[in-house]
Amino acid sequence: MSTAVSLGRIRKLKNALALTIAMIAMLFGLFWLIWILATTVELGVASFSWRLFTEMTPPPGSEGGGLANAIAGSLILISLATIVGTPIGIFAGVYLAEYGKHTWLGHTTRFVNDLLLSAPSIIIGLFVYDIYVARVGHFSAMSGVVALALIVIPVVVRTTENMLQLVPNTLREAASALGAPRWAVIGKVTLKASLAGIMTGIMLAVARISGETAPLLFTSLSNQFWTLDMNKPMASLPATIFKFAMSPFKEWQQLAWAGVFLITLGVLTLNILARILFRNKHKQ
Amino acid sequence: MKIDKESIMQSTTGTDLETQIAFRNFNFYYGKYKALRNINLDIYKRRVTAFIGPSGCGKSTLLRTINRMYELYPDQHSEGELLLDGVDILGKGTDLNALRARIGMVFQKPTPFPMSIYDNIAFGVKLHERLSRVDMDDRVEWSLRKAALWNEVADKLNQSGMSLSGGQQQRLCIARGIAVKPQVLLLDEPTSALDPISTMRIEELVSELKDEFTIVIVTHNMQQAARVSDFTAYMYLGELVEVGRTDDVFIKPTDKRTEDYITGRFG
Ligand SMILES: Nc1ncnc2c1ncn2[C@@H]1O[C@H](COP(=O)(O)OP(=O)(O)O)[C@@H](O)[C@H]1O
Ligand SMILES: [Mg+2]
Repeated sequence: MSTAVSLGRIRKLKNALALTIAMIAMLFGLFWLIWILATTVELGVASFSWRLFTEMTPPPGSEGGGLANAIAGSLILISLATIVGTPIGIFAGVYLAEYGKHTWLGHTTRFVNDLLLSAPSIIIGLFVYDIYVARVGHFSAMSGVVALALIVIPVVVRTTENMLQLVPNTLREAASALGAPRWAVIGKVTLKASLAGIMTGIMLAVARISGETAPLLFTSLSNQFWTLDMNKPMASLPATIFKFAMSPFKEWQQLAWAGVFLITLGVLTLNILARILFRNKHKQ
Repeated sequence: MKIDKESIMQSTTGTDLETQIAFRNFNFYYGKYKALRNINLDIYKRRVTAFIGPSGCGKSTLLRTINRMYELYPDQHSEGELLLDGVDILGKGTDLNALRARIGMVFQKPTPFPMSIYDNIAFGVKLHERLSRVDMDDRVEWSLRKAALWNEVADKLNQSGMSLSGGQQQRLCIARGIAVKPQVLLLDEPTSALDPISTMRIEELVSELKDEFTIVIVTHNMQQAARVSDFTAYMYLGELVEVGRTDDVFIKPTDKRTEDYITGRFG
């Protein structure tokens, strides 16, 4: 009886201890997060104006100017990289989860994908520089798309595979039991069941590449002017922020903060949108 | 064991029995593990056959061979003969999807697809038939009525199938199976995850559906077997110990092991 009581007390103590540590860890994380956000908002809002969307990046030392070309460039690079990377990632993820689970090719692909997933993005930038930029002899928006797509793919592969693995086998069996061929089971049932998760993964990938700088410095580089030519260097927010923030010019530094603010806002909007659009409407 | 088919036939007065599914010297393996041993069993057309026996004896395994569900798993295989309307369906030449259109299956836990109630039913039908919108509407209604679910969902066919209660979900799964117009319905402990009232409704449903379908039901609930089935097969450790009319199996089992199980001495 007394041992039971003291056991219960120890358990309560352990529980309280674990709870306290968890709370402290959370508060610690939250503290930095809020600080970063507050700084971004403060400095970003201070240098925010509609000019950002209408005027091009200014030459050094001059008044005014905006980020129009960098914003457009980022949107183009990110959209194209997502359009290219997502289907490849989904198909590969489907292969890993549904077909090649225990095959040699499956294991190898999974291993290589994990390597890619954890590869520093600068390596990917250098790689694309080597196989693309160096060969054609000049920086280009297209090479930036390739680099960003190479970052998107492993994220989407991983999420697709994981989300498909969460789909219970009984759902696959139920669809097969109706006489559905494999492609219909996957396309109409299992992928649908994991749609919310996969979409979240894609959003995460988009969020990740929105801030990538290193791979772009080796590929799409930067451009002071407006361009839609995929064969020319193209401005992007991260590359512009990098350049402007490191500069001694006050105007450039302010524009850099405005850019940081825009990216943060974009990623935030994306996250909220993902939550609203793909709120799991099929769960009870 | 021997199945005395003759005596079963003779004891039937009035209605004649027609074999729909027949196992002949049937064995089944999970990898090297032999889960079913030398099964010989006839399942009759438009009757309810119950598989009973202690957990792990192979009831589900046997049921899942009938639509060759095990083909999804490369390490599982069968030996012997399995006849559907006299044709061996174990051969390589069997079109599995066509076979499964003839054999519906309902699982232990409800498995609604992540789509609307309407689409849950249309999904299977579309795989095998091209129906106009109107015909599809009719088919959906027909199968939902058959599954005694129509009244509850008629005004919310566009809602997700997953928003229904457990018992409704299970009836949706039955409707989905019926919609393809199979000859056989396989039910693997269809009520074990349900409350007593939902269980009762499904049992009533089984009794109604046997006018049109051959039904095989796995259950660990002997009262359920006694209530719904015409024939009962008692399995033990991968063997078919005894099979016969449900009344006979329950009232005067011929095998000691069946008797022990039924009288609750183990299981
Ligand atoms: N996927 C599987 N792999 C290996 N063995 C299995 C598998 N499924 C079932 N078994 C084994 O086969 C035997 C019969 O299982 P099962 O048919 O599920 O029994 P029941 O439905 O009568 O409870 C059990 O010994 C079980 O452990
Ligand atoms: Mg079972």
